[in-house]
Amino acid sequence: MKVSLFITCLSDAIYPKVGEAMVRLLAAHGIQLDFPPVQTCCGQPSYNSGYWDETRTAARTILKAFQSSDFVVSPSGSCTYMIHHYPELFKDEPEYLALAHELESKTYEFTQFLVKVLGITDIGAAFPYKVTYHPSCHGSRLLGIKDEPIALLNHVQGLELVPLPFAEDCCGFGGTFAVKMADISGAMVTEKVDHIKETEAEVLVGLDMACLMNIAGNLRHRGEQVRVMHLAELLYEGVSVR
Amino acid sequence: MNPASSTRGTVKERADIALNDDFLRNAVRFTTDRLRSGKKVASTEHGNWEEWRERGRQIRLHTIAHLDYYLNLFVENARSNGVHVHFADNAVEATDIVMTIARQKEAQSVIKSKSMVSEEVHINQALELSGIEAIESDLGEYIIQLAGEGPSHIVIPAIHKNRYQIAELLSEDAGETLEPDTTILAGYVRRKLRQKFLEADIGMTGCNFAIAETGSMVLFENEGNARMVTTVPKTQITLMGMERIVPSWADLEVMATLLPRSATGQRLTMYMSGITGPKRTVDADGPEEMHIIIVDNGRSQQLGDPEFQELLNCIRCGACLNVCPVYRQIGGHSYGGTYSGPIGAVLTPALNKNVAEWDDIASASSLCGACYEACPVKIPLHDMLVSLRRRKVERGHGDKLEALGMRGFATLMANSKRFALAMRLGKIAQKPFVHNSGIHLKLGPLKGWNTYRVAPTLANHSFRDQWKELSAETAAQPKTIDPAVRQRMEQVLADRQHNKSTSRTGGESHE
Ligand code: SF4
Repeated sequence: MKVSLFITCLSDAIYPKVGEAMVRLLAAHGIQLDFPPVQTCCGQPSYNSGYWDETRTAARTILKAFQSSDFVVSPSGSCTYMIHHYPELFKDEPEYLALAHELESKTYEFTQFLVKVLGITDIGAAFPYKVTYHPSCHGSRLLGIKDEPIALLNHVQGLELVPLPFAEDCCGFGGTFAVKMADISGAMVTEKVDHIKETEAEVLVGLDMACLMNIAGNLRHRGEQVRVMHLAELLYEGVSVR
Repeated sequence: MNPASSTRGTVKERADIALNDDFLRNAVRFTTDRLRSGKKVASTEHGNWEEWRERGRQIRLHTIAHLDYYLNLFVENARSNGVHVHFADNAVEATDIVMTIARQKEAQSVIKSKSMVSEEVHINQALELSGIEAIESDLGEYIIQLAGEGPSHIVIPAIHKNRYQIAELLSEDAGETLEPDTTILAGYVRRKLRQKFLEADIGMTGCNFAIAETGSMVLFENEGNARMVTTVPKTQITLMGMERIVPSWADLEVMATLLPRSATGQRLTMYMSGITGPKRTVDADGPEEMHIIIVDNGRSQQLGDPEFQELLNCIRCGACLNVCPVYRQIGGHSYGGTYSGPIGAVLTPALNKNVAEWDDIASASSLCGACYEACPVKIPLHDMLVSLRRRKVERGHGDKLEALGMRGFATLMANSKRFALAMRLGKIAQKPFVHNSGIHLKLGPLKGWNTYRVAPTLANHSFRDQWKELSAETAAQPKTIDPAVRQRMEQVLADRQHNKSTSRTGGESHE
């Protein structure tokens, strides 16, 4: 069975550690990830801004990359959800449309894959810190990923999970929104970080590096020491130190 | 009254005013928090919320798909009940019809209950220009009328004002100082309006639902003022959006469950009035003459448009506003139209088909989908926002700089070698700006971002640059896969294969 990593351009360029954590965690469970190098970006920035021709250009690299995969796993709910738009994007290109339907049915976000496909909730990690979790919008609302990360976190030894007030509120990233509507986005991320501070958590964990980049950027801007991690990184660190 | 005051400038400019108004932001937060948690409780307590949402959606989909039929049925029945039914293609026609009736009745004053359509067609301005007094009898509407503003929320028009600001406005109106106490303030307005009700020549209402099978109109309210508006004055005029129809009273039951719970977290609205024609000789009260004006004003343009037809399913509950993280920060006036929040961001441009004038209202969203999740009839507003953006781009009204950027993005992402090279070059280019492994520069596209954040840097080695080594390392010590895990994976594959052969599209979601 071929399980392929859809790294997402953001993790490829800025957060390779997230990909590394996924590769090593899955390898420890006997799943050797494959990485098709022709993949670039899912096309979300241009899709959301209304530039669909440009989106198709990027999306074709993804469709080609995973043609022969049985499972595709990605560290982002948002990029995973983007795949669900492909059938609509390629409705007039039969060849790609077939690939799009196929890809949609076999692509999973990381925790979905672990919990829903592999049936693993206890990865054998220990992480003795106070942690709060931000559920990213696309993953939780549009893909319905709600229980999976909580199940994984609840099995981590020593981890104290503290609820984040207004957790379901968007962090204000929204891709080009953060640039175009910088002040609105800034107000949103500021409020998100206010709530994170209220929890007094040492670590903020999430499932989407774009949102985490946004939140971490504001935390740093305000001189806050909260550590920001993708759940894959947290779990990997948690099994490594044991 | 100057509704235009809220539509000046761009979304950004209007939002900046709101972002700097702490009173407004606190007032909006305070009330939307209360409403959304009320809704959460009410929908959980209902027990079958998702099923009822789907029922609501199906009723609305069916009605709008057969709008011609149901509208005709409604009109026939309303006419046989003795109602004068009028059609208005646009705002001007709607106000003209109202003015004609008002002149016939030699009306001096019109008392109104809350109606978003009346705000949409700016009826108050038209009446006042002709020297006819228009009085809002809904407390929130009364307040914004005093302030000379438009509604900043579909359900709570004065949501942006706090108790003290309201006390100030009402004190001025009263000519004496009123304490900022809700009971005192409401008491004052009630006393004042009592007289106005008795004097009014015409009562004007909106319409929450129109029942096709009997030609009735239904009003939902909490203050009892709409009941006064529809019983005291001799003439009643109802302004109704053409999509307000539901086929039957049985369908209304579903709406009567969804609407108050979604709007305010109430199980039922305080007053629900069903009105079937003017006063009959056996009736104790009611208007002697009743007019219903069915307003199109851009609605029929959504019919047959696969991307926007569902907009007509909206029941104006305001739930999408209450959960919207953008609305929370900028309030309703920033949207620049009668309707605000996510529904307003789509409805305003959709009703006014002039793409060039869409401003950037559809861009003022992070596409988080909270609106869709909250919507009792499941309107995919987040997808519609993207469709609006796309249409603007397709018709050549996109931002030139952005278009250039997107072309660059596509060139870069068309080919993985190019992307890999760009990452390597970027690493070199970023060097002069990196400070403490972050980028603080407040210039160009980074200006907005870095006003609130520190930007991250490109990694020293991209994932793809590390891949060879990483995969060799993990492959060197292969672990065996748990047979139970392997079996699950095989099962998923088998299920997928099965789905593929049973559904023609094969594109099943794995939820
Ligand atoms: S779009 Fe949905 S949530 Fe928003 S006002 Fe309409 S019915 Fe309510």
